[in-house]
Amino acid sequence: MDLFEYQARDLFESHGVPVLGGAVAFTPEEAEKAAASMGGRVVVKAQVKVGGRGKAGGVKLAESASDAKEKAAAILGMDIKGHTVHKVMIAQAAPIESEYYLAILLDRANRNFLVMASVAGGMEIEEVAHTSPEKLARVGIDPNVGITKEKALEIVKGGQFPADVQDQVVDVLLKLWAAFVAEDATLMEINPLVKTSDGKVVALDGKVTLDDNAEFRHPGHEALVDHAAANPLEAAAKEKNLNYVKLDGQVGIIGNGAGLVMSTLDVVAYAGEKYNVKPANFLDIGGGASAQIMADGLSIILGDSDVKSVFVNVFGGITACDAVANGIVQALQILGDKATKPIVVRLDGNNVLEGRRILNEAAHPLIQQLDTMDGAAARAAELAAK
Amino acid sequence: MAIFIYENTKLIVQGMTGSEGTKHTGRMIKSGTNVVGGVTPGKGGQSVEIEGKVLPVFNTVAEAMAATGANASVVFVPPKFAKAAVMDAIDAAIPLVVVITEGIPVHDSAAFYAHSVTKATTRIIGPNCPGLISPGKSNIGIIPSDITGPGRIGLVSKSGTLTYQMMYELRDFGFSTAVGIGGDPIIGTTHIDCLRAFQDDPDTDAIVMIGEIGGDAEERAAAFIGEYVTKPVVGYVAGFTAPEGKTMGHAGAIVSGSSGTAAAKQTALEAVGVKVGKTPSATAALMREILNKKG
Repeated sequence: MDLFEYQARDLFESHGVPVLGGAVAFTPEEAEKAAASMGGRVVVKAQVKVGGRGKAGGVKLAESASDAKEKAAAILGMDIKGHTVHKVMIAQAAPIESEYYLAILLDRANRNFLVMASVAGGMEIEEVAHTSPEKLARVGIDPNVGITKEKALEIVKGGQFPADVQDQVVDVLLKLWAAFVAEDATLMEINPLVKTSDGKVVALDGKVTLDDNAEFRHPGHEALVDHAAANPLEAAAKEKNLNYVKLDGQVGIIGNGAGLVMSTLDVVAYAGEKYNVKPANFLDIGGGASAQIMADGLSIILGDSDVKSVFVNVFGGITACDAVANGIVQALQILGDKATKPIVVRLDGNNVLEGRRILNEAAHPLIQQLDTMDGAAARAAELAAK
Repeated sequence: MAIFIYENTKLIVQGMTGSEGTKHTGRMIKSGTNVVGGVTPGKGGQSVEIEGKVLPVFNTVAEAMAATGANASVVFVPPKFAKAAVMDAIDAAIPLVVVITEGIPVHDSAAFYAHSVTKATTRIIGPNCPGLISPGKSNIGIIPSDITGPGRIGLVSKSGTLTYQMMYELRDFGFSTAVGIGGDPIIGTTHIDCLRAFQDDPDTDAIVMIGEIGGDAEERAAAFIGEYVTKPVVGYVAGFTAPEGKTMGHAGAIVSGSSGTAAAKQTALEAVGVKVGKTPSATAALMREILNKKG
């Protein structure tokens, strides 16, 4: 899960990482109130989970509380790269002397954690990484050792931080690592980390990604989920614990296992070229597909008005094909008249003969069975084009 | 031969007394795997009967190894307890631990992987994987044993069900070993590890490599193939038509920008002579062509 800037700021603050005052506002009035309580100049920042908001006009300086209200009114509702701005952060303004960069992240290639640090922070950090990689220190972190004071010093020296801020940056690094571990983050990035004119080092903007797998030890993380952003079908699927992603085609897809479902999308997309149809969604029902899971999945997909046909593609490993077949039959009973689209089924693997027999016997008018993935994909695409 | 697991593999099951552990222990025994015991902390000294076999339960992997001579372990414990289980296996210096558990926090995987690197005595496969099978010899994890039999193709894949699909497509040829390495951001055994082992295995003639969008594991595997692998390799990358910026199930399968796309992976693989199929059946057809030419 990616956090909004204001959530990252609050998380940093709770772990002692130095930040400036900041508050979230959903209306111009709330923005005015927040600015008034901070006093002086503030920055009004669009809260969207996409880069480039500054260039899009989503960050504005406000001289007073009433000015903050006006600026917030202009930013709220704005569209930034397809993301509508529903909230702004009111942040204390500070005179900036230098901009640095600091990040801790999961390093998939090296299978450990990585710290990146540079004195050349700000909007052009990616450019810096490309053109002058020597200005960006990259230091691997052993997860079982972490960032020690010695390691932090090594990073700060490698990142070429000036002597007068080294102690403060070391302190930020130690606190950021503690936060990274305590919150089960896979990314904590501070850009920019700034030195203000009074010599203080503070995190001005942050990006945080938290590990969804670790939710069981972070009951508090649930409150950080952005329910407003989810597509209604995706939200309904999440409620049923289904792994569903809405796409913009016409062939509804249900399969077991993320790899096979992704492959199913490919096969349907190729078969659909001829008919000008595409997959309508990704839906992985995982292992052990019960009748209820199949009913939940089918009802989500049939609830998508774009869907013209459905392709159920299952290779039974642990999942037994007879259970899947029973699931489909019972799902159609549960759905009754709501099920109106043709459903192409391809079953293989564990107990396939019994699965196919169950579907043949049910002889439901909406169900067609095919023996191969390619054949079934072609039929589903053809039916979606009708 | 085969890779990683053989006729002489003696397996213990961590989490054997749980419902998943019991179910899959039964399946593994039925498919011919030599299961010699289980580990559940706090239940040491008990025994359970599964598929007519009485299996001793131990508190730790070290105790289980001492008593049974086990040389491999499979982990079926829930995510919360998985780190402790894998750490226990590494501390016991068991040569192989296969982690089936899905949903392990990546900080935990990072910790046990780093520990295995430090100790340098244990190979981890997974987590979040279906395990591996050397048909007719040994089967560790949840891969069905009845899809196909022994043969001379080696298979490595991130995805479980795609592994099954590919084994099914090429069932008339059979496999030396099929390895599901798992789709998590941190895994113990990579495509490269499997490619090296298959290249070195005298009983593997050709290799199928299945990848997925996201990350750059396939690109790195391609570089390795260019340097090291002389056996024919056929590749497939799931997610050719996936839209950018959507996460689809596996944490690994995230596309951002141009790197990590199926097309980029295809280009990298083809540059080192790997034939890449656009679908599982097209990929199987490429392999079929190679093996038929070999006669």
